[in-house]
Amino acid sequence: MNLLNKFKDPELCLNILDQIKSEIQGEFRFMEVCGTHTVAIFQSGIRTLLPESIIHVSGPGCPVCVTHDREIASYLALAEKDLILATFGDLIKVPGPGGKNLKAAQAEGARIKIVYSAFDALKLALDHPQDKVVFLGVGFETTAPTVAATIKMAAEQGVRNFSVLSFHKLVPPALKALAADRDIQVDGLLLPGHVSTIIGLEPYRFLAEEYQVPSVIGGFEPLDILQAILIMIKQKNKGRPEVVNNYKRVVPDQGNAKAIETMYEVFRPADALWRGLGIIPGSGLAVAQRYEQFDAALVFDQELPQVDEIPGCKCGEVLKGLISPDQCPLFSTRCTPANPVGPCMVSTEGSCAAYHKYRL
Amino acid sequence: MPERIILDYGSGGKASQRLIKNLFMKHFANPGLNRMDDAALILDLQGPLSMSTDTFTVDPVFFPGGDIGSLAVHGTVNDVAMLGAVPKYISCAFILEEGLVMDDLERIVQSMARASSHAGVQIITGDTKVVPRGAVDKIFINTTGIGLVVADPAPSGHRAEPGDAILISGSMGDHGLAILSHRQGIAFETDVLSDSQALNHLILRLIREVGDIHVLRDPTRGGLATTLNEIAQQSDLEFIIDQELIPIKEAVEGGCSFLGLDPLYLANEGKFICILPESLATKALDIMRNDPAGQDAAFIGRVAEGRNGKVVLKTALGGHRLLDMLEGEQLPRIC
Repeated sequence: MNLLNKFKDPELCLNILDQIKSEIQGEFRFMEVCGTHTVAIFQSGIRTLLPESIIHVSGPGCPVCVTHDREIASYLALAEKDLILATFGDLIKVPGPGGKNLKAAQAEGARIKIVYSAFDALKLALDHPQDKVVFLGVGFETTAPTVAATIKMAAEQGVRNFSVLSFHKLVPPALKALAADRDIQVDGLLLPGHVSTIIGLEPYRFLAEEYQVPSVIGGFEPLDILQAILIMIKQKNKGRPEVVNNYKRVVPDQGNAKAIETMYEVFRPADALWRGLGIIPGSGLAVAQRYEQFDAALVFDQELPQVDEIPGCKCGEVLKGLISPDQCPLFSTRCTPANPVGPCMVSTEGSCAAYHKYRL
Repeated sequence: MPERIILDYGSGGKASQRLIKNLFMKHFANPGLNRMDDAALILDLQGPLSMSTDTFTVDPVFFPGGDIGSLAVHGTVNDVAMLGAVPKYISCAFILEEGLVMDDLERIVQSMARASSHAGVQIITGDTKVVPRGAVDKIFINTTGIGLVVADPAPSGHRAEPGDAILISGSMGDHGLAILSHRQGIAFETDVLSDSQALNHLILRLIREVGDIHVLRDPTRGGLATTLNEIAQQSDLEFIIDQELIPIKEAVEGGCSFLGLDPLYLANEGKFICILPESLATKALDIMRNDPAGQDAAFIGRVAEGRNGKVVLKTALGGHRLLDMLEGEQLPRIC
């Protein structure tokens, strides 16, 4: 059995499941910060095997879902200018205010290119020297370092027709905002595996120390998830909350120093607007002054337009774990993957999409 | 300098005639086509017929395990066969982009000729258009096929019955991953080949030697998950699929994991779903596994009583979840 299959092994998983059942006392609410965890929990069928007293709450860990209406309106406005907008595929169907998305903009003539990395967007700029290419920088600490490295490369090569609209967001400040919110009650946090490969364990320490929330960095295989749940339950039972790295095969405790260094060379911390959470100080990444010729917001004088909220859409409450997706009045009626009202129904990591797609 | 397709080849004049004679007739020659009339005269088909049309626009045109030409033949031959039919004739229409390299076109035409010969079908009518550079991506091919239905009654998505076994003829997602691995922008190393192949000979054996096949369907675009949903909805029944029993190559699983895709939604071009009474499942599987086109055939689940048109997946851990239809295009994830 190879290593990865071991983390899917039914026998090992059922053993942990038995331990969870024997350890759990009363109700236990845990938040899957990362949308990929939400999807993995559904995909593996774990949800139907765990005791009903374990309540799953979704968190703000899907970069598409937390993109604010004003940010979406901003990049849709940018797409109408005389330029090529390069984007990850996840964003192409996300509706902005009024329901318009990049797919519709493309059908109207906007030049939208789906790329699989920021480097591909830079290559697009090199291949089209007469055009301006803007890369849509949406993502967390997982993607921001590669975007930063791309900007550095563009600077080294003297590229003049490439820029990035940075709506990057940082996970720990959002978790701090959630932990400080008295309305949000969780007994444990399943911390994001991908983000943690970059930032490591340290930035989460405050969760246990200041807010007494058991927190576990977990992988995405069934065994990873079940082990993380068991650790959180045990911590709660003992009354000794800690931050545990249970994904050591991928996540070094100290993170990836080189990636972080590159990220903070090219970007600087800035206040950012989160869907559902509002403005969180220091939770975003703006292009640093040294690289401002690659900042699309400056190059194209792009501001965040004021927009009206989408009536009825409860993405914000879903992202804060206050309601489950099926408690939104629009869920699976007016809001479906074919006709999404909010991004949580669009993204492959969105909790509304996961509920709609996988729940029996 | 390689010779390239120019707009003149679509003019209908002498240049078109040269292209037809020197390329298409050279490789496709058969009595029906050689008559060069406005339409093909079909004298030998009587009885219930199966007819299907499809247009092929694959990128890249040449991919590991096949090319757009063989794919255009296999795709239509298989669709015709899924009605329990013996495919006999196909038409093909080419839309060529100005600038297409002539040698590439000849490779594609040769590949079509080989695929037709293996499948036992004749290309008896066709059409060629040339459009300005940029109006299409290199080459689009439409094929229409016609065949004689030999199964009675013909298999149909409406005919699944509670208690039926659900079989598939081999591993899922090979074609989709082979294409993705060579697509510009996400190229990565894999030894996975497209499964593009004609299934009509194997289908005919199943019809003759097993009989009473309720449903035949090839899980092409949208993959196994989407196709199972189509059939479940047509029959208005619930399907229970055992995830552990679905054959998926390790390299396909790995590639999907890397890109954030689900192999159950990836296209297949040489596999089929067969739904039939469970008492016949072992015999059908034996026949499939003894045929080069069905070596990895597997029993993957059953048709249940529930009248809801849903597909439920039993996971490796014993949990259950919905296996829904694909909405739009599967796209690699952001993080």
